[in-house]
Amino acid sequence: MSARRIAVVSAGLSQPSSTRLLADRLAAATIAALGARGVEASAETFELRDLARDVTNNLVTGFPSPALESAIERVTAADGLIAVTPIFTTSYSGLFKSFIDVLDPASLTDMPVLLGATGGSERHSLAIDYAMRPLFAYLHARPVTTGVFAASADWGRGAQPGQEDAASGLHDRIARAAAELATAIVQSTRDAGARDPFAPPDGSAGLRSGLSQVGAYGETR
Amino acid sequence: MSGDESGMQFGIFSVSDITEDPTTRTTISEAQRIRDWITMAVHAEEVGLDVVAIGEHHNPPFFSSSPTTTLAYVAAQTKRILLSTATTLITTDDPVKIAEDFAMLQVLSEGRTDVMLGRGNTGPVYPWFGKDIRQGIELAMEHYGLLHQLWHEEVVDWSGRFRTPLQGFTSTPRPLDGVAPFVWHGSIRSPEIAEQAAYYGDGFFANNIFWPKEHYQRLIGYYRQRFEHYGHGTAAQAIVGLGGQFFARRNSQDAVDEFRPYFDHAPVYGHGPSLEEFTAQTPLTVGSPQQVIDRYAAMREHFGDYQRQLFLVDHAGLPLKTVLEQLDILGGEIVPALRKELAKDRPAEVPAAPTHESQVAKALAGKLPVPGGRAPSAPDGQASSSAGGHPSSVPERAQRVEGHTGAAFGVQR
Repeated sequence: MSARRIAVVSAGLSQPSSTRLLADRLAAATIAALGARGVEASAETFELRDLARDVTNNLVTGFPSPALESAIERVTAADGLIAVTPIFTTSYSGLFKSFIDVLDPASLTDMPVLLGATGGSERHSLAIDYAMRPLFAYLHARPVTTGVFAASADWGRGAQPGQEDAASGLHDRIARAAAELATAIVQSTRDAGARDPFAPPDGSAGLRSGLSQVGAYGETR
Repeated sequence: MSGDESGMQFGIFSVSDITEDPTTRTTISEAQRIRDWITMAVHAEEVGLDVVAIGEHHNPPFFSSSPTTTLAYVAAQTKRILLSTATTLITTDDPVKIAEDFAMLQVLSEGRTDVMLGRGNTGPVYPWFGKDIRQGIELAMEHYGLLHQLWHEEVVDWSGRFRTPLQGFTSTPRPLDGVAPFVWHGSIRSPEIAEQAAYYGDGFFANNIFWPKEHYQRLIGYYRQRFEHYGHGTAAQAIVGLGGQFFARRNSQDAVDEFRPYFDHAPVYGHGPSLEEFTAQTPLTVGSPQQVIDRYAAMREHFGDYQRQLFLVDHAGLPLKTVLEQLDILGGEIVPALRKELAKDRPAEVPAAPTHESQVAKALAGKLPVPGGRAPSAPDGQASSSAGGHPSSVPERAQRVEGHTGAAFGVQR
């Protein structure tokens, strides 16, 4: 089975950030889970902070810089996506949403996605389900059912296996979500090479739908 | 109207924005901006340019809601320059009115008229004109089908989805010499529009001024390939136009210093990327005339030898005096050098930019393109008889279209 490519989008703003920390752990766990299924995988991480100006410029001009375009291509052509954002003021960060906004809305269709978020306290944890999940549903992506929220406190107790409270801790949630994503990636039939809009239509079907169906002439009688 | 051995037409196109001059914090009146634009258009002919084109908008801060009125006024004050649009809204305008208005302009200007059709991307314009932006492509297809018919057939019976039917309708005035104004289909991103231009054998104008060249290489490559597929000629013979944008001064640093505030506050890209980033990523060139010449002489390396190059020179609040100086530089130095450069090694098969005269000659020779291409078995010349001033009857035409469509969709591949 061919190696799978996982794109990791991290919208943390500080460096280092707990968002990146969570993203790295989700990526490592997913690679391990794929390995357990006999599938080789690699992860590439995109720090949106590094692309912040490019994302803003794209919003203003309507086109991506070469660096951003390359990142968009690699994210949307990946076999799976791990998307992690800090929760700011009840929702995903503005930078995270801005990045999503410069994607072609069809470019994440059927993409297996693992949703992750970080915040100061676990009171924000449902933001994954009431903010992130509808966003990816709109894009026709396929987020796995377990989202992983890491509050500041999660980086203490239960973050490692065997520690006190481990059963309800971050490590187990990461492992569960990673297993779901690994399964989704293995089962995915998504064609990473999305349809090229500039490929000439082959045969008559494309052309007929392009011109004749909509009536290049109206009805000429 | 088309210069010389380069076969190229050079000109200016305007979006007609009324924007505050960021260096003086003043905004001229709408009436003044309109008068200024006329001055620019007339000066474009004085400095030897071939084309002046203006956009169509139905919302402030743009003044150009009625391009044929504006262009007719320019036509009356000029002798040689070709009048065009950038773009005419094929989606929300009534194709009957487009047929009438542009035929009128064509007759008054004695053939110095062509038209660039576009969909328009201002959302509210669609509902203002009773249309739905989600049907933009379908509107462009159906409306142009009717426009084409109105110009190529004397008496039209028509019905479609988006407009009330026509029975026994004749669009007046008839196109000058029985030959329709040349049509460019403008697009910044839609392969469907490139397909439409190729299907009809019309020109394709890629307004590439705000986006990187890679995107337009694919769009224009697609159009060229499909133009050949439909049998209108080789890919190299497809009729291509490009947008451009520059600001030039004798010393390049002066150009950068003078243009930067206009760039930084420009409605389209201001407050975003730096001037340096934007000039690296798009055709905008700010510097000496030679830098502009070098940049645009290289365009054909990316897009193939082409026919029309239009420059945006009058936006973002640039004062009239500055724009007229830019036109002096464009007509005096840049375009003459580009004409020489682009004439070099231009393959003989690449056609010169279309003019009324060249279209009339084509019509007389029976060589005007037929929608969807000519059936391989069709006798040469028969198919374009309607364009030559002797319109075939409607049933004949319907049959012909059917036959050609079938041929283009299957037989030729």
